[in-house]
Amino acid sequence: MLKILHYINQFYGGIGGEEHAGHLPEMREGAVGPGTAFVAAFGADAAITHTIICGDSYFGENTEAAKEAILDMVREVKPDLFLAGPAFNAGRYGFACGTICDAVKAELDIPVLTGMYEENPGAEAFVDKMHIVATRDSAVGMRDAVPKMAKLALKLARGEKIGASIEEGYMPGYMRVNFFEEKRGSERAVDMLLAKMKGEPFVTEFPMPDFDRVDALPPVVDITKAKIALVTSGGIVPKGNPDRIEASSASKYGEYDITGVTDLTEATYETAHGGYDPTYANVDSDRVLPVDVLREMEAAGKIGALHNKFYTTTGNGTAVKSSAAFAIEFAAKLKNDGVDAVILTST
Amino acid sequence: MKLTIGNIRITDIVLGEQSKVENSTLFVNSKELEALLLEDGNIVSVCFDVAKPGESTRITPVKDVIEPRTKVCDGDCNCDCGIFPGVVSKVGTVGKGKTHVLKGMAVVTTGKIVGFQEGIIDMSGIGAEYTPFSQTINLVLDFVPRDGLAAHDYERSLRLAGLKAANYLGDLAKNIKPDEEIVYEFLSMAEGAKKYPNLPRVGYVQMLQSQGLLHDTYVYGVDMKQSLTTMISPTEVFDGAIISGNCVSACDKNTTYHHQNNPVVTDLFARHGKDLNFMAMIITNENVYLADKERSSDWTAKLVEMLGLDGVIISQEGFGNPDTDLIMNCKKIEALGVPTVIITDEYAGRDGTSQSLADVDVSANAVVTGGNANEVITLPKMNKIIGTQEYVDVIAGGFENNVQPDGSIVVEIQAIIGATNEMGFNKMSAR
Repeated sequence: MLKILHYINQFYGGIGGEEHAGHLPEMREGAVGPGTAFVAAFGADAAITHTIICGDSYFGENTEAAKEAILDMVREVKPDLFLAGPAFNAGRYGFACGTICDAVKAELDIPVLTGMYEENPGAEAFVDKMHIVATRDSAVGMRDAVPKMAKLALKLARGEKIGASIEEGYMPGYMRVNFFEEKRGSERAVDMLLAKMKGEPFVTEFPMPDFDRVDALPPVVDITKAKIALVTSGGIVPKGNPDRIEASSASKYGEYDITGVTDLTEATYETAHGGYDPTYANVDSDRVLPVDVLREMEAAGKIGALHNKFYTTTGNGTAVKSSAAFAIEFAAKLKNDGVDAVILTST
Repeated sequence: MKLTIGNIRITDIVLGEQSKVENSTLFVNSKELEALLLEDGNIVSVCFDVAKPGESTRITPVKDVIEPRTKVCDGDCNCDCGIFPGVVSKVGTVGKGKTHVLKGMAVVTTGKIVGFQEGIIDMSGIGAEYTPFSQTINLVLDFVPRDGLAAHDYERSLRLAGLKAANYLGDLAKNIKPDEEIVYEFLSMAEGAKKYPNLPRVGYVQMLQSQGLLHDTYVYGVDMKQSLTTMISPTEVFDGAIISGNCVSACDKNTTYHHQNNPVVTDLFARHGKDLNFMAMIITNENVYLADKERSSDWTAKLVEMLGLDGVIISQEGFGNPDTDLIMNCKKIEALGVPTVIITDEYAGRDGTSQSLADVDVSANAVVTGGNANEVITLPKMNKIIGTQEYVDVIAGGFENNVQPDGSIVVEIQAIIGATNEMGFNKMSAR
């Protein structure tokens, strides 16, 4: 039987309303309040072994302390899943559910699930970080929310494949999952266009996300003194692709030493990238990773130095999240190595 | 322009003595067809095989898929044109008169890999659910190129060989009575506007892959990257006016078959005169230089404005770099006050939690998606491999050690031909 730990606020914990919102986190054995409905829905598959109750104001005003206290409790119980809420449209409760779920997931690697109304500020803040089941705006929606949350909770606890948001009832924005529609895409496009032209409601299949844009840093003060590194998403690797970087959807990046290398030749380097015709990059990889030109500039004193390592991956079909994770890792190495500026080349 | 499509159902393919179509069976004299294809000295040999739906068969690495068709105009349209004009037939305006189609089958080309972006067709098992070509009877042409042939020449030879083979087969159906006939009529702007004055004027903007270097599309033989945004009659695409010459990831490349059966065109025709007035098809490119992107999307929007369209569907091909063209087209057309729907696919990472597109904009508020191409699936071992499995770890969507001890292979669905098609050919979506 799966072990579930349930988080609720002071109101659903039966302690009291606003006057008790400062209630410190406490843990009880078994299910409390809405937990009993979940117990019924789980049947023999799972049990709520413990319930954590915390005041919404306490959590909001002492977030770090509350988080630490609750994480300790979760560590002690080691549940198969951490369930929070549902918070409906209660803003502080939604914030608490989102925050604590995020912490449990990130720090303890335990699957989490919460539920709230789509306009709850907690939903906006955490919708891209976890599964949040969409509920009605008040506790009237409990009867509706519990079976949906219970079903998804069991799947998450068992590590089963999670279906698309539209199938499972969680809010879109966290995880994109494929499924088969009734109609083919072109017909759906025609239907959507007809609705849009008439001003009738329609549902986009992919809501536009906030796009991650990066502000440029101030320019390098004296380029003739700067140590420059080369980084590429064009897939340039030593001949033979020793680390087997994928042609598309890269799961890794490479770090290669170019001490003493003045020119990338057909015999020594190639590209692993599958998104463009590799012919010209394979003949002369300097076309993508300009080591030759930078060596000349280094010799002529136009730049301070070329860093002796380059970092490379294939940008083709690679998830932005993976690219960001690679960059965080090697940017730290670049900083550590005293690199002043980086030339990023793409294809 | 009025085109009658006569579908001739094909339920079996038999490699035999004489090439002919008889009682829904296609007989192929492979010696004769081979001789035709070997006229191109770049090809040393070609093996013929037939793959049928439900068989334990995998075809890989697949380059193109083509539907055999032929023109049967009998002088009624005064044309002297053929399928794939400007490529393997002489230049001449198609899209009129009558066309016979061998329906239910396809020509599939395979052979040693050219780039990294040639995909997989499984005829059964879970992989079959992701590709439309598990549902067609496939005549597979497995080519061996001559030694030392450069990649670009190899790609060209294979491309032309597939088209030649399709036309050879299509021509066998010139005198066969079709099982069904469908008439498509595309009126002039003036007539169309007069005929349905109360219906919204809808256009289709088709973006064609033109990043260059194995990422090309040809229109009447013209390399699309060298063309300004232009217009075409949607009936022309049924006659092979647009062909694939590209190696974009298998899942979202438009094969020649997709162009010949463009689903946006057919679905707009299906509602034409009822819910909408299908007035225009605009074709534009996806070049890599920023100035080209700006120019082409300017022209797309300008044509939409000049044509006075009320709404537009935009379809994409490929991903990443072309996402910028898609968003530029969408933004500039929306800025005219003309509503758009875009059809794309996603690269949201294997767990689906990463950013899906390389570019986005708030005006793109009506999106149809072909799904997340990074989703991972396990394709079961197949009893028969046509082509070679040698490249399944390096093609786009494959990765190191993805062939399992039991013979199954783990891939992202981007390795499967047509899996996340961005003309909306499939039912798959994502949420």
